[in-house]
Amino acid sequence: MAFLEIKNASKSFGHGRNRAEVLRDIRLEIAEGEFVAIVGYSGSGKTTLINLISGLLRSDTGTITINGQPITGPGPDRGIVFQNYSLLPWLSVTENIALAVDQVFPQWSAARRAEKVAKFIAMVNLTPARDKKPHELSGGMRQRVSVARALAMDPKILLLDEPLGALDALTRGTLQQEIGQISQQSGKTVLLITNDVDEALLLADRVIPLTMGPGATLGPAFVVDKPKPRNRHMINHDPDFKRLRARIIEFLLDCGAQKKLVIQKKLVLPDLEPEDLTHRGPVLFGKPRPRRKNTVRRENVEIAS
Amino acid sequence: MSSYLEISRLNKVYPTPKGPACIVKDFDLKVRKGEFIALIGHSGCGKSTVLSMVAGLNDVTSGGIILAGKEVTGPGPDRGVVFQAPCLLPWMTALENVMLGVDNVFYTADRHERRQIAEYYLTIVGLGDSMHKRPAELSQGMRQRVGIARAFALDPKMLLLDEPFGMLDSLTRMELQEVLVDLWRRDQKTAIIVTHDVDEAVFLADRVVMMTNGPEAEVGDILEIPFEHPRNRKELLESPDYYAMRDYLITFLEERAHIRPSKLAGGPPPTNTVAFPHGDTAKKAAS
Repeated sequence: MAFLEIKNASKSFGHGRNRAEVLRDIRLEIAEGEFVAIVGYSGSGKTTLINLISGLLRSDTGTITINGQPITGPGPDRGIVFQNYSLLPWLSVTENIALAVDQVFPQWSAARRAEKVAKFIAMVNLTPARDKKPHELSGGMRQRVSVARALAMDPKILLLDEPLGALDALTRGTLQQEIGQISQQSGKTVLLITNDVDEALLLADRVIPLTMGPGATLGPAFVVDKPKPRNRHMINHDPDFKRLRARIIEFLLDCGAQKKLVIQKKLVLPDLEPEDLTHRGPVLFGKPRPRRKNTVRRENVEIAS
Repeated sequence: MSSYLEISRLNKVYPTPKGPACIVKDFDLKVRKGEFIALIGHSGCGKSTVLSMVAGLNDVTSGGIILAGKEVTGPGPDRGVVFQAPCLLPWMTALENVMLGVDNVFYTADRHERRQIAEYYLTIVGLGDSMHKRPAELSQGMRQRVGIARAFALDPKMLLLDEPFGMLDSLTRMELQEVLVDLWRRDQKTAIIVTHDVDEAVFLADRVVMMTNGPEAEVGDILEIPFEHPRNRKELLESPDYYAMRDYLITFLEERAHIRPSKLAGGPPPTNTVAFPHGDTAKKAAS
């Protein structure tokens, strides 16, 4: 039996005419210890899917179970890392993580809890910054705190919701390597949501595209049968990676193109020449006339919207 | 053949407390009319500095830039610039944002025609239904579409794009690349794009100019991309030549970006047109 199992889950928002179906008929099985990445367009419902699994939202239909137990609400067995870090600004790094540890392990001694906090701060290489407040940290460091906080709860599954989307390319590369290492060391089940196909290929055992909303659903899974740890160089040069990358991008482009309505529109572009504003002198006789190219463009344009 | 844009021996030196810092050194480039150039290099190598000097936003320390027979001495509407952030005025609608420039550059025309210009470009970039929305009501990708429409609407001689899609996710980025290349073909513009996305460079450009690491950045190598426009991304992704070019650029960034051709013994090598083994597939993929 799969560790996480989603059967026919759908989710809509709004009522009556404003009802918008975001997810339709989602089916997903994740085995224990597996790293699955879901790639999709922004606005396609990726975050809604994470919210269903985390228990922050209820699905309209279908069931979501972890180890056979249906999900009824949020719980510490699922650690979440959000794109916007969601750290408490008035608490230091240590205090932010301790908040989670104290909630989840109230029966432990204070010393044991402090030891656990220190261990996870060390794991994400933040020991020198442990007494700093979030505003004193860079984006990459804040996201490390968020990862450490999620892992310190000893969750059964780690849910990563575009964790690196707000970071620059260099920091993103470093953190991708770190997430890969941490997931290998801890052997945790991970579900990563991302819009970066390369990131998915770098980290995941299986990459599943999410079609474009409304009514988004999961596409066929692409198995990445390559040893870990992987690096950028392999993704850029290995023929298997190139093939996978091309197939996933094609799938996403195709489902993006299908959703588009093509409209015919008549457009006119006047044939004006731009004026040279550096020589805009005083006008002596009447209003200056525009210069023209004598080729008014009248077009019937097909526009995808 | 005469070139439309000519950059010769361009230098940029900033004074610092530790003495002058030379960011760009003897940068040479000739661009033909109607050509699409991509400028790639690592962060901080001076790509944007070169672009902003062509835009006239940044003073040239020495050397010269000649566009369509005239020396560039300052900013002007004959060069349309698209930045990473679209920089729209938040209290104006998309249409009003585009009209702002159009009203100035076409001041001799009547209001009706000026409005036609703005509506034409906003529709082409896919905002036909959203031109009366303010930036706050538009997604990041739609805002950048306004930025592109605003630049093209002024009918500039040249388009300068500074990592225009850097803030967008990778899938929205591909959509906007197609919007951009479609307009570029329609209007037969000359364009330079600064990017560090290798796929973006190969998809858009006729030539990719690779810059060496700064300081004292210069042209390290030039790669011709022989695929004909309009390019079909799916066919490109299947072409072995595409991967050969992609690899060539990635290898430059990973292994050769620190080597300055002018410092090599025997002088700088001629800029390369790399021959790829599958020459005919390149033409097929372009159809």
